[in-house]
Amino acid sequence: MAETLALVDYGAGNLHSVANALRAAGAQGVAITADPNVVRAADRIVLPGVGSFRACAEGLNAIPGLVAAMAERVHVGGAPFLGICVGMQLLADRGVEHGITDGLGWIAGEVRRIEPADATIKIPHMGWNDVAVPHRSDADDLIEVGEAYFLHSYHFVPDDGAAIAAMTDHGGGLVAAVAQGNVVGVQFHPEKSQAYGLALLERFLEWTP
Amino acid sequence: MTVRIRVIPCLDVANGRVVKGVNFVELKDAGDPVEQARAYDAAGADELCFLDITASHEARGTLLDIVRRTAEVCFMPLTVGGGVRTVEDARALLLAGADKVAVNSAAVSRPEVVADIAQKMGSQCIVASIDARRRIDPAHPERVAGWEIFTHGGRKPPGIDAVAHAVRLAELGAGELLVTSMDGDGTQAGYDHARPRAIADAVPIPVIASGGVGTLDHLVAGVIEGHASAVLAASIFHFGHHTIAEAQAALRAAGLPARG
Repeated sequence: MAETLALVDYGAGNLHSVANALRAAGAQGVAITADPNVVRAADRIVLPGVGSFRACAEGLNAIPGLVAAMAERVHVGGAPFLGICVGMQLLADRGVEHGITDGLGWIAGEVRRIEPADATIKIPHMGWNDVAVPHRSDADDLIEVGEAYFLHSYHFVPDDGAAIAAMTDHGGGLVAAVAQGNVVGVQFHPEKSQAYGLALLERFLEWTP
Repeated sequence: MTVRIRVIPCLDVANGRVVKGVNFVELKDAGDPVEQARAYDAAGADELCFLDITASHEARGTLLDIVRRTAEVCFMPLTVGGGVRTVEDARALLLAGADKVAVNSAAVSRPEVVADIAQKMGSQCIVASIDARRRIDPAHPERVAGWEIFTHGGRKPPGIDAVAHAVRLAELGAGELLVTSMDGDGTQAGYDHARPRAIADAVPIPVIASGGVGTLDHLVAGVIEGHASAVLAASIFHFGHHTIAEAQAALRAAGLPARG
């Protein structure tokens, strides 16, 4: 039987771009859903997100049972999970954008504003930049070295450097991907990163962490 | 390396077809937007921009359909501008598959719309577009008295200083600025570098330089002299004078970070 992939719909904008890219990468059963029962039955989960950490966290928490269903499917069921952009940042304990807001707390750390020492460095960090893999991580077979499209003003600072799966550089090092067990998050947008992004999504569809 | 200088082809769209205006007047039809977008995606464009230059109420459905069909086959960031006046206009384009919306006239007459969109959809999706032109001192026609913004496709000068307006838009929550030099637009005579540089140096957000790119050197100068983070151009790519790869190579040859 074909796999089902729950693309979590909590009002966070670029859902259809992610759905289009997943389909182009070969995903068959993409369910765009906010239904906890669909999430609980999914083989894989993708959490997109654009906008502010606070708005996304509130949107996610506003749907009764959704976070609990994701946690159960991912932590008990072992389903591979991919967070994209703010969907990656939500994995942290908390974010500071528009006031301190709790995240999912799945990967210990905090989401802070990018504050480069050099004032000529433009924020948001916007455009194509390196995805560098500094050391082995739980997403070794998923995150490859390349160039991807970034668009963010805040960045994930994990408590434990071992959770870092990739780095980029914009006026200093920024975390480009985090991974822990079957949970991976990418700061960049695979759905907007042409061949590199589609190949990453293809690998995620096959990923057996 | 660091973040790459973006090369952004721009497709002017009128009534569902791609056109390219020379100083916004004589339009040449150059094809189907979705096919063009797909070609640019395959060519490695860093982003793509659609500007709906008719921006009429009637053409809105057509534009949304183009955006939807483009987002199904193109996997790069897409900015759509033209006639975005309200949060609802922005939302419709984003839901159709745009990643960013460019706001121009509305941001002049009602700058709060930028703050509205930023609050609802995030700063990352707002490109505040500034069309600017040299202001000539009427008493001394040989003298440039400043740089003021233009709206409505470059027809009604509201007499607002371009740099002050740019700073305001950044404060209101724009994620980046698209600065078009009306003096050079479509004439391929090159960017007016001093003006975009004055804006780029005054705001913390990225600036896209646009207007009158006729050669690869113009693109490079837009970054080195204009301090732009991205360059947007139409005719130079559209009519086959140069490829995206050539533009990226020219940037790299000048020591700038670019893809390819």
